Amino acid sequence: MSATTMSPARKPLSPRQALDRVRRGDLGAWPVVGGLIAIAIVFGSLNEHFLSPENLTNLALQMAATGTISLGIIMVLLLGEIDLSAGSVSGLCAVVMTILSVRNGWNPVLAIVVAVVAGSAVGLLHGLLFTRVRMPSFVVTLAGLIGWQGLLLYLLGESGTINLPFDGFIAKLSDTWLPPWQAWALAAALVAVYGGSLLLSRRLRLAAGLPVTPAYWAAVRTGGLAVVLAGAVLVLQADRGVPLLLVIFGTLVVVLDLVLRHTAFGRWMYAVGGNAEAARRAGINVTRIRLLAFVLSSALAAFGGILAASRLAAVNQSSGGSDILLMAIAAAVIGGTSLFGGRGRTYAALLGILVIQSITNGMLLLNVDSSVRYMVTASVLALAVAIDSLARRGSAQ
Amino acid sequence: MIRAKDISKRYGAVQALEGASLDLPPGEVVALVGDNGAGKSTLVKAISGVISPDEGEITMDDRPVRIGNPHDAQALGISTVYQDLALCENLDVVANLFLGSERRRWSWLSHISMERATRDLLTQLDVRIRDIRVPVAMLSGGQRQSVAIARALIGEPRLVILDEPTAALGVEQTAQVLDLIRRLRDRGLAVLLISHNLADVRAVSDRVVVLRLGRNAGEFRTAEASQESIVAAITGAAA
Repeated sequence: MSATTMSPARKPLSPRQALDRVRRGDLGAWPVVGGLIAIAIVFGSLNEHFLSPENLTNLALQMAATGTISLGIIMVLLLGEIDLSAGSVSGLCAVVMTILSVRNGWNPVLAIVVAVVAGSAVGLLHGLLFTRVRMPSFVVTLAGLIGWQGLLLYLLGESGTINLPFDGFIAKLSDTWLPPWQAWALAAALVAVYGGSLLLSRRLRLAAGLPVTPAYWAAVRTGGLAVVLAGAVLVLQADRGVPLLLVIFGTLVVVLDLVLRHTAFGRWMYAVGGNAEAARRAGINVTRIRLLAFVLSSALAAFGGILAASRLAAVNQSSGGSDILLMAIAAAVIGGTSLFGGRGRTYAALLGILVIQSITNGMLLLNVDSSVRYMVTASVLALAVAIDSLARRGSAQ
Repeated sequence: MIRAKDISKRYGAVQALEGASLDLPPGEVVALVGDNGAGKSTLVKAISGVISPDEGEITMDDRPVRIGNPHDAQALGISTVYQDLALCENLDVVANLFLGSERRRWSWLSHISMERATRDLLTQLDVRIRDIRVPVAMLSGGQRQSVAIARALIGEPRLVILDEPTAALGVEQTAQVLDLIRRLRDRGLAVLLISHNLADVRAVSDRVVVLRLGRNAGEFRTAEASQESIVAAITGAAA
């Protein structure tokens, strides 16, 4: 799936246009895909377990929680803002959910809903402080980073750890696997819907007298998606199957991408990120868009925290702590979301988290010391930000 | 016809406008000129709803209208192209043209209908952009100015106000934008052009209105006026 396309149908690039884009630094998803291949080759040759179905399945499970938090980060990055509180909020909401369902015996689904609503309320508070009080988002969410961590410790109290029952609904979320027929049916349906929408859009454009891409291009793209999905299903089937966690994360990525590209709300997110003053003059309610972005960010962080708790089958004092926030931000930027606002797609979370999680996972397999791990992760993040900054300079010229 | 009559506006101790008037008939390009501080932007702001004047009235077809904010002005068919263009550089031409007034069905954007309308409008205005799907940041200054002007036409306005449309452009791009302004007139729109550049004013306008110290200081048919008489009215030398 090419991340360079903003419109549903567009000419394939001529070699000259492609060269133009490379010069502008607008490389789309290709550097990331190249990086992933490099990572696969390096770690695959250093450790035979890295590319095994079992490890790749573990990778898929590890991705989902931080990837979901990263999706939330993308919502605020698109506006050119930042949310440093996502890690703490994810931990806090996981604790809220666990206390409600384990200590108070609530229905787990209700507990999850209430925890996500609590996350949204946190996001609304951040958004109000940012838009009404005009505090910089950096400071608001830095306070949130520490403050919500404090609330988490307060709620956990003396015990420090609460376990979730292993056979409960919440723990089952990360230990549910699609049976083969469901996995194949899902992949086939995705390919069919994707190909169908390309063809439909092509026919509608032809009917409206608009330029269209050649029909083979739709076939190439649909075929590409089919190959990627089939490959993923085959690998995951070789182990325990397609994890439900991956399906949940993938659904969020796709749905949010559709919302961003095909609804007025999404268009306005990009507009506010690109030029807030122009958006305001065009009659867009900039304050409302900003509030919604912060609400979405914290709500997705809350949901990511719940997924993480499900995988651990527990919450503890380090829930949502350590390097989760940095991994989520790094994933968004590595995937191609600009820190300067207005540029990026939700697939950035998927690709970016794949890169950063594979590096972490590969180095853990190789027993690399965490000191080296941190430095490598930081270098990858710095490289991604450098590319982003250069691309911005290139397009400003 | 849109008419501003005896508009006055005071900012603290500064009398920015003192009974200035302006007639804007359809199918005519009116150039508003004057030295810095003559009150040009204040008068334009009053018409486009950015400020409300202390005195005077704005009429449309001889009926007085209330313009309390830019939204009122837009609803009345008054469209303004600001000097800084107010484009979102990360969005493509279609998205910029329809920004804030996207066509949609149940909040789902109608990409095809908007792209069709954009192509039709750009063709009518003879604006040439190779790929309208690239971000506006990739376009030249003249193309961006053209996009900003085309955007002003999306709501089918009666009056288009252009604030220094050629200030940042080179010779060839200026010629393109002036052509575009002539085509707005040919569509039967009233055009109000604010410019410092008398060469552009003389090239494209039908009538020149001069403001000086917040008052009308002269009005010329462009075809009959000499550069010297306009300059004299601006500086007050002949007054």
